[in-house]
Amino acid sequence: MQYMLFLTETEAQFAERDDADAAPTYWGAWNAYIAAMSQAGVIVSGNGLHGPQTATTIRVRDGKREVQDGPYADTKEQLGGYFVIEAADLDAALEWASRAPSAAYASVEVRPVLPPPAA
Amino acid sequence: MDDARQTAEGVARVAYGRLLARVAARTCDIAAAEDALADAFRRALETWPTSGVPQRPEAWLLTVARRAHGHVRRHAGVQAAAAATLAILQDTPPTDAFADARLKLLFVCAHPAIDVSMRTPLMLQTVLGFDAARIAGAFATTPAAMAQRLVRAKVKIRDARLRFEVPDAANLADRLEAVLAAIYAAYGAGWDDSLDTGLADEAIFLGRLVSKLAPDQAEALGLLSLMLYCEARRPARRRDGVYIPLAEQDVALWRRPMFLEAEALLRRAADFGVFGRFQTEAAIQSVHCQQGLTGSSPPDALVTLYELLAGHRPVLGVLVGRAAALSAAQGAAAGLQALDRVEGPEADSYQPYWALKGHLLAQCNRPGDARDAWTLAMGLADDPAVRAYLQARQDGLPGA
Repeated sequence: MQYMLFLTETEAQFAERDDADAAPTYWGAWNAYIAAMSQAGVIVSGNGLHGPQTATTIRVRDGKREVQDGPYADTKEQLGGYFVIEAADLDAALEWASRAPSAAYASVEVRPVLPPPAA
Repeated sequence: MDDARQTAEGVARVAYGRLLARVAARTCDIAAAEDALADAFRRALETWPTSGVPQRPEAWLLTVARRAHGHVRRHAGVQAAAAATLAILQDTPPTDAFADARLKLLFVCAHPAIDVSMRTPLMLQTVLGFDAARIAGAFATTPAAMAQRLVRAKVKIRDARLRFEVPDAANLADRLEAVLAAIYAAYGAGWDDSLDTGLADEAIFLGRLVSKLAPDQAEALGLLSLMLYCEARRPARRRDGVYIPLAEQDVALWRRPMFLEAEALLRRAADFGVFGRFQTEAAIQSVHCQQGLTGSSPPDALVTLYELLAGHRPVLGVLVGRAAALSAAQGAAAGLQALDRVEGPEADSYQPYWALKGHLLAQCNRPGDARDAWTLAMGLADDPAVRAYLQARQDGLPGA
């Protein structure tokens, strides 16, 4: 069964990405995590995302586009990346989610993926 | 027909949870399993009057329910449905007794991914077959709200596929603690001394079940012991509707066999040499009972036990209990000091905090402050008998 891991990060963690001192540790941790999942053969897909300051939100109401600068919710923890993994059950998916570097500072939402619509 | 109905009802009473657990365990779809099982019971009432009550009614029901739930086992040469059922019954190996899947069911009900407030209701519905209305009554919510939340929880279990297994050794203690906490929550739910026992009997049933299914778990024994100590004293807690505090209870009214069973369970738990919250709380109850039965107990026993408990679980109830133990061992001033350390917004609305504070202030000859504390305690009490008791004590203070 497939689960999506929504990996959020704090502002401080996003800042580490480009910080000369913090960046090696930051990326090292993520690379290790991804390598472990890859080794276990559980990754279906996944990507890191540019930070929330690059986000744009769009709504269409009454046929009109409403475009807004920024992510849809102004929360302290923002989406930083996602993975879709293969796991036998929620417990196994939670095991992987708990190992994400950001889980120690922000949170990971784990949700089952819908099966593809019948052809 | 009578025979069929009586048998069916008997099986439902004794084996509902066991059957549901087995049907649900394969697909984790509890709601569908409940429907399939209900369907099987209906069919039993339709066919048993004519074809006779089967020798092993549970096996019959399990087979039919599993079939309806989608576990069709095809046997070569089986023709008619009736013949198929008989054949399957003969094929079922007698030693495949109803290996108790209820433990798995209890663990899934108390899974970390299930909201804490829904764990007890789920257990009551799936293991004991309670309907939403009855559960709602015990948890001060409406039947419709409870029914909706139960549906949502079961959907979560199915759609997110929570693991429907007894946890492995590494996780067992933690996961078991959640199961035991949910059972203990049932013990306190719907409790109204003046009316009936609420869900106490059901909680004790679940406690016995876990102890039987996990006999090597000291905390399971500890929880059962704790509940039995409390239950043993129930008959003495009220006299003509009047609240009787522990120190003034007529110990002759305590249920001796229950008390003895609690003691034996605690001893068995202690043999495992594993510390746990429920064993410690049971030990505290044991000391209280000793005090009542013999008039004395080791003076620092309660303090030691509460210190142990507070180190592990410094929640409000424990800290207030510790203050009471300190006051008994070292005097009211020591108790008040301990209470002062518990101050805060949470304590402000915690009835036992104010009840104890009033008691200790009265002992320290501070009737004005005691009066104020007991006024707050009465305001926070939801039991009229407790309010009446506190009122009487307040009236007994010097300088009205």
